[in-house]
Amino acid sequence: MKKFIRTGNPYIWLTAGTLTICLLMICGLIVLIMANGFSIFWPRRIVQFTLQDGTVALGEIAKRESLPHQKNAYRTKLKVGNRDVYGMDFRWVDNTDIVSQDYPVTVLVFERREWGNMYGFLKGLRQDEGVKPLSLKGLVPLLKESQHLYKKIRYIEKKEIGDISYRMEKSRLALKRLMLLDPSGKVQKKVSAVRTRMDNLEKTYREKEDTLTALYTKARENEVVVLLADGKEKILPVFQIIRAYVPNEMGGFAKMGFYLAKFWEFLWGEPREANTEGGVFPAIFGTVMMVLIMSIAVVPFGVLTAVYLKEYAGDNFIARLVRISVSNLAGVPSIVFGVFGLGFFIYFIGGGIDKLFFPEAMPTPTYGTGGILWASLTLALMTVPVVVVATEEGLSSVPMAIREGSYALGATKIETLWKVVLPQATPGILTGTILAMARAAGEVAPLMITGVVKLAPSLPIDRYFPYIHLERKFMHLGFHIYDVGFQSPNVEAAIPMVYTTTLVLLFTVLVLNLTAIIVRNKLKKWYSTGAM
Amino acid sequence: MMEYEKIKVPEPIVTINDLNLYYGKTKALKEINLDIPKKKITSFIGPSGCGKSTLIRCLNRLNDLVESVTIEGSIRIDGQDVYSPAVDVTELRKKVGMVFQKPNPFPKTIYENVVYGPRVLGINKKSTLDELCENALKKAALWDEVKDRLRVNALDLSGGQQQRICIARAIATEPEIILLDEPCSALDPIATAKIEDMLVELKQDYTVIIVTHNMQQAARISDYTGFFMLGELIEFNVTTDIFTNPREKQTEDYITGRFG
Repeated sequence: MKKFIRTGNPYIWLTAGTLTICLLMICGLIVLIMANGFSIFWPRRIVQFTLQDGTVALGEIAKRESLPHQKNAYRTKLKVGNRDVYGMDFRWVDNTDIVSQDYPVTVLVFERREWGNMYGFLKGLRQDEGVKPLSLKGLVPLLKESQHLYKKIRYIEKKEIGDISYRMEKSRLALKRLMLLDPSGKVQKKVSAVRTRMDNLEKTYREKEDTLTALYTKARENEVVVLLADGKEKILPVFQIIRAYVPNEMGGFAKMGFYLAKFWEFLWGEPREANTEGGVFPAIFGTVMMVLIMSIAVVPFGVLTAVYLKEYAGDNFIARLVRISVSNLAGVPSIVFGVFGLGFFIYFIGGGIDKLFFPEAMPTPTYGTGGILWASLTLALMTVPVVVVATEEGLSSVPMAIREGSYALGATKIETLWKVVLPQATPGILTGTILAMARAAGEVAPLMITGVVKLAPSLPIDRYFPYIHLERKFMHLGFHIYDVGFQSPNVEAAIPMVYTTTLVLLFTVLVLNLTAIIVRNKLKKWYSTGAM
Repeated sequence: MMEYEKIKVPEPIVTINDLNLYYGKTKALKEINLDIPKKKITSFIGPSGCGKSTLIRCLNRLNDLVESVTIEGSIRIDGQDVYSPAVDVTELRKKVGMVFQKPNPFPKTIYENVVYGPRVLGINKKSTLDELCENALKKAALWDEVKDRLRVNALDLSGGQQQRICIARAIATEPEIILLDEPCSALDPIATAKIEDMLVELKQDYTVIIVTHNMQQAARISDYTGFFMLGELIEFNVTTDIFTNPREKQTEDYITGRFG
């Protein structure tokens, strides 16, 4: 027995065991997220239950669970949709109540711009008082037309009217700025110039609004009549339909195409319906941009700090104290950093910037409110210890012999640092950056008080000068998960979105890290073979 | 305790008088008096920790990097006091090159390693650098081996080649004195032989000071040898005299292998 222990085998088993448990848990988590995240866009068959009381329930099976204390008894969670009619998306059905079940071939799913999915049978096109029969094939051109119309309306609303409002706001601020100056003759001239500009804008705006009204009237022209499961008829404007499909009739390829289209929309589309439908592109964009700004801020800051600490501060009591404090900063709850960011960056610095540079916009704050810059800087502050520690390690890993080699050739300390030590410490520095990025990308709490919103009207980068708007509020995948999963009015319908958003967040972090790793390897190669 | 006469050497380039060196309170070098001749190979031998490396690191002031070091006495190179405040350390190190125990090429290309010193000195003209690089590599007997792959990382070379890169690197700044701190201790006999041949060649242009643990090496290549023990210079003389006719008992014990 003693001999057995001395061989070290039990310890090997112990270490291997902990590793296995670790891996299993991580794999389990990833599999759970992937299974749920990847499956939600797969079109499911629509089932029709005839119940004992004679009513009919139509929908997708969302979940099945057994009832306690009864054998062979289970209940089914059915996504019945038609929220505007039934008040909720889901309904529980006990299997004992089901008389028969079938999969009607002609049942249609309408994905709508509002109120979620509608399940039912297409009855026809509404005309005056009557109903003109309409096949699914006949619906396709109508849908195309309405989609075209939708794009046109969006273009006018977003781009043209957006342009006008943007210029209008600019003029309003310009006017206010002029008013803040002393009203001399010259200024008066400028004021009237701005006023005419504003009047012109107002006029164009009216015209655009008229066009929009006309378009909206046209949009309401076509309406289909849908027969619901309980025999009710529902009128659905074609303009409301994003897509209509027949899941019970679809083959494998059709389903695959549908799936890819949905996934594409998820990645590149904008969210709809309180974020429970549509895409997450603004959130992906916000996350990536925030992480990049954070990296730009944290790397030089952390590296310079570490260089001083390691190379110049020596090893006295104060230096040790600072080192311990920096390491301990990593243990401060992130929300505390958030509060600090709110107080320091937003109220103090942002407020100061507003007073100095944007007095005309007051009392509306420009920089004195949460925004992507402040959120990034807050996170940079939070991740500085990671970079500092990693850089210090990287600097320590450069052997004294190499430094001495440089000194012996007449190089000064700073030359040695720049030409030999830092290049060799770069992989360590970038490893620190990667860790910092990973931490920042997944952080939510400090963002909630420094600039994240559930729905940002515009991206922080657009075509208006100066193109990058660091003061803007932004969306973030991590916050999106929290918002969709726990703050949404329709939590049940949003659960799948939580998984998919998590998946996208993980993937985004992975891509960011991979990029950093590739850059690190490239740099390593460049430093070792290329001339500086 | 030991009183010795400073022996006369032809054309001394380095003159050391009453040199004491302390690491904190520990005295590491005691009353060193020594003249080192120009364009000869001078070797320092002695057991580990006897101060021979410390001494050569005084010649290019590399000991400045160690905070606790204090130095008394004087070291003159070409009549100029090395530790006088007027001395520019960069100039001094350009004049006194150094090669270390373990090959320590920078993780850069062969070319960038060799021209590192000239670049530090502010030479940036490509043609000048190319020329310096070629000359240095030729003198280090490495040109033929690496001329086609100057853009290869120096770390990809063998240990012996790396050490010769380090020698070339030291030569490229066109020094007067080259210090070598046990340059062959990490190398195999063939690489060692190559470096020894090269050092003998280098003697024509440079003053070579080599610290070594290998007494045969000292006997083979050096013109003068100094024997150190416990921070003292026990004996310094023409190499043949040291090895065939040592004046001191300790020297004889050491070279005959009775201790150390």
